Amino acid sequence: MKLFNLKTLGASLVLSIGMAGSSFAAECIAPANPGGGWDFTCRTIGKIMYDIGAVDAPIQVTNMAGGGGGLAYGLVVNERNEDEELIVAASSATATRLAQNAYAGMTYDQVRFLGAIGIDAGIIAVAADSPYQTLNDLLDAVVADPGSVTFAGGSAPGGFDHLKVLMALKRVGFDDIRAVKYIGVDGGGDAVTQTIGGFTQAITGDISEVVGFIRSGDVRVLAVLTQDRLTGEFADIPTAVEQGIDVVAGNWRGLYVPKGISEEAYQGWSAALQAVADSPEWAEAMEANGLTEFNFVGDDFQNYVAGLMGEIADLSREIGVIQ
Amino acid sequence: MDTMTLLGQGFAVALTPENLMLAVAGCILGTIIGALPGLGPSNGVAILIPLAFSLGLDATAALVLMTSVYYGAMYGGRISSIMLNIPGDEPALMTTLDGYPMAKQGRAADALVLSGVASFVGALLATLGFILMAPILAQIAYSFGPAEYFALYLLAFATLGGLAGNNQAKAIIAACIGLGISMIGLNSSGMARLTFNSLYLYDGVDFLVAIVGLFAVTEVFVFIESGGKHSAIGVKIDRITLPIRDIIGTFWTMMRSTVIGFIAGILPGAGASLGSFMAYSAEKAIAKDKSRFGKGDPRGVAAPEAGNNAAAGGALVPMLTLGVPGSGTTAVLLALLMTLNITPGPTLFTDRPDVVWGLIAALLISNFVLLVLNVPMVKLFVKILSVPAWVLLPGVTMISFVGIYSISGSWFDLLLMIGFGALGYFLRKLDVPTVPIILGILLGGHMEDRLRQAMTISGGDWTYLFSSPIAIGLWIAAVLGFVAPIFLRRYIKKPQAVPD
Repeated sequence: MKLFNLKTLGASLVLSIGMAGSSFAAECIAPANPGGGWDFTCRTIGKIMYDIGAVDAPIQVTNMAGGGGGLAYGLVVNERNEDEELIVAASSATATRLAQNAYAGMTYDQVRFLGAIGIDAGIIAVAADSPYQTLNDLLDAVVADPGSVTFAGGSAPGGFDHLKVLMALKRVGFDDIRAVKYIGVDGGGDAVTQTIGGFTQAITGDISEVVGFIRSGDVRVLAVLTQDRLTGEFADIPTAVEQGIDVVAGNWRGLYVPKGISEEAYQGWSAALQAVADSPEWAEAMEANGLTEFNFVGDDFQNYVAGLMGEIADLSREIGVIQ
Repeated sequence: MDTMTLLGQGFAVALTPENLMLAVAGCILGTIIGALPGLGPSNGVAILIPLAFSLGLDATAALVLMTSVYYGAMYGGRISSIMLNIPGDEPALMTTLDGYPMAKQGRAADALVLSGVASFVGALLATLGFILMAPILAQIAYSFGPAEYFALYLLAFATLGGLAGNNQAKAIIAACIGLGISMIGLNSSGMARLTFNSLYLYDGVDFLVAIVGLFAVTEVFVFIESGGKHSAIGVKIDRITLPIRDIIGTFWTMMRSTVIGFIAGILPGAGASLGSFMAYSAEKAIAKDKSRFGKGDPRGVAAPEAGNNAAAGGALVPMLTLGVPGSGTTAVLLALLMTLNITPGPTLFTDRPDVVWGLIAALLISNFVLLVLNVPMVKLFVKILSVPAWVLLPGVTMISFVGIYSISGSWFDLLLMIGFGALGYFLRKLDVPTVPIILGILLGGHMEDRLRQAMTISGGDWTYLFSSPIAIGLWIAAVLGFVAPIFLRRYIKKPQAVPD
């Protein structure tokens, strides 16, 4: 029992030291529990910013899970709108939820998007023994009989993995997107299991989720949803674009800042983020985590997010996720 | 052999000084937690999860610590059963029946050693069974689609009646409370349910908050009420000797109990309590001379201990390979895995072999550490039972609050935790089991998702749920699991309830 109490004391000590430190440094909020993509964004980008001297003090990472990122969004909008020492992790999921009005009515223009500097490339894949050899084979099958193909993905119905498929189908002129069958399972690994098991016919996800299965030969990627082909190990996977289907979609890793900060502070953060994007440390981190280059910093990014959200909102309205 | 190579790599992971130290520390803590009345494996592990985060442990190290606490608590529970006639935790309930009488006859040391050895045999064989069977089970998982998973979850809920023991209706009520709580938050198509427009509830109720509230905080309330009257009474032990005759005499008892316990452990929702219960009843049923059961029969000590420790190992199989917890403690471990961003399931063995095999190696090491701690050194733990409540109480309270706050950093979760503590207190007064609530919260969302998926794939055709042999088999097992205890209860005498 003594040991027990001593350890607790140690734990609370660590906690209080951590909290005392936060008042001196800039803060990066990861709107989820430790371990996920947003946590990665804050920890990795924050660390590299300090290591390469783009900021003066180490960046404190705070995990604030809740509302699929909505809790942190609300905090930034309502309580810390002018905090110049604050950055928040964002991704395609942030844009999707904002577009679908899932942040309790808050809108994307209540913060300023800073930029994204890496992307987990979207993919559409099938099991190794599937009859579909190209993305067009698969899409043609859906067009001919929407009931014959069920897609499995890691996000909930209406989430980004679902929408990627719908975007591709829209490009081939298929409009009856409510008839497309999609199930949201527990992450990309489960989507693969379900497809190899024959319960679903195709996988929609991000490449980092299926790397192990590509290597083991269990899964055939029909298309990667990037502008150009990936480099290195996966260079022989064709893009959707080169198959005539103009979809570029993936899970980008980015940041937003409060709306009310000065232009000077915004430019300062932009420069710091750009410096990270150009650093060899970031190149290494991207490689280790299956990310591909995707460089959009500053006002361009705000426009990109606005465009993406427009398309998401339209699709979501069509499938009935929003009115 | 492939398994041996992988296991070798596992040992390489587990035998790093840090992990070895964590395993030993976990075994000691676990035995203490198990021995302390009220603190069982599930709340012990729940309380310690935040510690793993504060220490900044990586996934493997955190798992090593938690599973050694888990195994340790399974060993430790018997100590207070034998010494005080108070089960240290739920699965150790059956050990009071013959363990305490043995102690009263002046054979406390023999009972402790015999039960320690039985625990070792049960846990070791179960771990070996896990090594042999888990990869096969992982393969089988490719044949689990939405319909099969739905039937599996249904089976878990159906067998809850066996877990709850006394009153099936109360277990059903508890499961419904849990299912109700699992409805809170955004559902799988993004609609907010029961959130009252509060963003704090959009992600639903974190099961860790519920677990720590229902187990640890409730325990504090109960302690406050009883004025902390749990203190060591009377029985003393002097020298530890090896009761060789008893050990040899109960060899086949241990073997049979291990098999029963392992199977009970694999079944979701059954877990260690059912394992020890079934092992004891089976042993009593086949014994020629039943007269000594309940009066200090060594078989009555060996059977439940081998059974519940084997069940603890068995419960890891569905938890790791299917992501379905087989007991309250594995439910907590599942929560830990998810928080560490590890998705248990058929792909865990291919995705994270380091985690799986490191864990298995750690389990084997823990077992030997526990044998040493619980046989020659058992006197140390007997002493700890005299810890006064005024030390125990603030400790548990503090750990719970610091723990939950350090996970989410949210005051709202602290309030919610206290709320769950109060709920747990009233449910205990009403003798409603809380484990089904946890299972409901943990599995409810998955069960609903799988049903929705099945309906999407089949285009709304209900017969899809019964479309494969596996699904049909699970449905039959679920129906039997629900109905059988109602009839069996007439034939199996209930164990004497121990006053708290």
